[in-house]
Amino acid sequence: MMKIEAIIQPSRLESVKEALLEIGIEGMTVTEVRGHGRQKGHTEVYRGREYTVDLLPKIKLEMVLADGLANRAVEAILKTAKTGKIGDGKIFLSRIEEAIRIRNEERGEGVL
Amino acid sequence: MKRTGVMCCCVVILVLTAFPLLARQASVPATPSASTASAASPELPKTVTEKLNQLEQKAAAAQSSADNAWMLVCAALVLLMTGPGLTLFYGGLVRQKNVLAIMMQSFALMLLITVLWALVGYSLCFGGNGPVIGNFEHAFLRGVGATPNADYAGTIPQTTFMIYQLMFAIITPALITGATAERMKFSGTVLFMTLWFLVVYAPMAHMVWGKGGFLNAAGGRFQTLDFAGGTVVHVTSGVSALVCALYLGKRVGYPRQPMPPHSLVLSFTGACLLWVGWFGFNAGSALASNGLASSAFVATQFGAAAAALGWSLAEWLKHGRPSALGAISGAVAGLVAITPAAGFVGPMPALAIGFAAGLFCFWMVTRIKGIFRYDDALDAFGVHGAGGTIGALLTGVFAQAAINPIFGEGKAVGGLDGRWWQVGNQLVGVLFAWSIALLGTIVILKLVDLLTGVRVPEEQEVAGLDITLHGEEGYNLES
Repeated sequence: MMKIEAIIQPSRLESVKEALLEIGIEGMTVTEVRGHGRQKGHTEVYRGREYTVDLLPKIKLEMVLADGLANRAVEAILKTAKTGKIGDGKIFLSRIEEAIRIRNEERGEGVL
Repeated sequence: MKRTGVMCCCVVILVLTAFPLLARQASVPATPSASTASAASPELPKTVTEKLNQLEQKAAAAQSSADNAWMLVCAALVLLMTGPGLTLFYGGLVRQKNVLAIMMQSFALMLLITVLWALVGYSLCFGGNGPVIGNFEHAFLRGVGATPNADYAGTIPQTTFMIYQLMFAIITPALITGATAERMKFSGTVLFMTLWFLVVYAPMAHMVWGKGGFLNAAGGRFQTLDFAGGTVVHVTSGVSALVCALYLGKRVGYPRQPMPPHSLVLSFTGACLLWVGWFGFNAGSALASNGLASSAFVATQFGAAAAALGWSLAEWLKHGRPSALGAISGAVAGLVAITPAAGFVGPMPALAIGFAAGLFCFWMVTRIKGIFRYDDALDAFGVHGAGGTIGALLTGVFAQAAINPIFGEGKAVGGLDGRWWQVGNQLVGVLFAWSIALLGTIVILKLVDLLTGVRVPEEQEVAGLDITLHGEEGYNLES
């Protein structure tokens, strides 16, 4: 089992979701987050006072998938989340030891 | 038999109705001299004089009804400026943790000043004919009823005039809360505002608008033109706001830490409501539903629009982008500046005053505040103090007898009419408003500091005033 954490531009969320649905991914967790990488922030001016906003709004997608599906999911995200500009985000992959469904205490890949 | 009976009845009725007519016709040629003399001559038959009196009464009643309807609406419009206008405007400008505290301060003034007004406030502003302050003639609203008070508004019930003026007394101290925002105690605010209303507002209102007041345009020593409150409302509150900001000190973290407005959407809505309410403020100050009210209404619209354009233009040139906050701040600055001039200037001078105020207030807020480093949190001084001052002075330049011959038919009113010393009178009025606001506010702040304290402890300020002073939060979005 693999866990995919993808941090993407908020404006790309709908396209990414659609692409993931198309390859048969049924579950994901979406969180509104703030952060920055190399992009850094922008400045805002209120009545002449300038503020640097360095933490920008992003979307974090998390999903745990069977090994075979994980690669296809990464491809789908790469294809749909890319705008080509700095600030498009990152994808992180990690191994998952176990998955448990709370309702019936079932374990393993079948839970996903 | 039956038919002749009916006929007889008809004849009798005809004769009976014709008799008074005949009698009246007969009496007319009997007094031929009366018809050639003036119509109101006492020699007219009693019935005609009575009719004329009745007509006069009916005309007066009709005018009173029209004026009263308009003035009651205006009173409601001016209250709309405080709640929800000012509460939304200021509420959006503070940080999320202080939104209820700032709204509550304005709302508390709606309650507090209303009660004070009934007890002594109205009387201190408009009772008697002293040069500096009113008396207790109308304390507890004694003698304030349906009969008009000819000294102020001869065609509307005095109750209407009283309630209309109350709304001005509410918004004036509420404007100051923009400078003390995010750090002043609620208890301190309540005590401060009570004393400020009695010590600064009441005398200033009486001096400029009250009968016998020494700055009154009609018969005062220094005839200050202030149609709707440039000096009485905006200079006093704006200058007091500056004193408060200096006395309280900066907010924790200012100016290092960013403190952007938490919701410009609220502020935008509030500013637009202020604009609408301002028609009641300025046009209503004609105290009648007449041509002067229309003129003031028009000047208000043009002043606001020109100032918003001026501010936006300056911002566009300086920062590269015109902001929503800049546009609405400019509109408010223009409304402030046109307030003293509204009933004295035509549409073109209104555009000029508004544009000048937009540029001047932009400069005050973005440049001067930065140089002197005072923390006027929501720019009560930069907009109201500065806008009120420039508006009051420009009123002396642009006021015209053609709009409002306040000094008598055919007599010059402002500089454009050739009466340039009126600008000097305006300067005296402005200086007086500055002085009474400066001195009064310092003394009151010292006193309040001793009694309740003025500033919240640092940990409360950091946690936010909503939770610490009122025990609630503005937004519980997860509930």
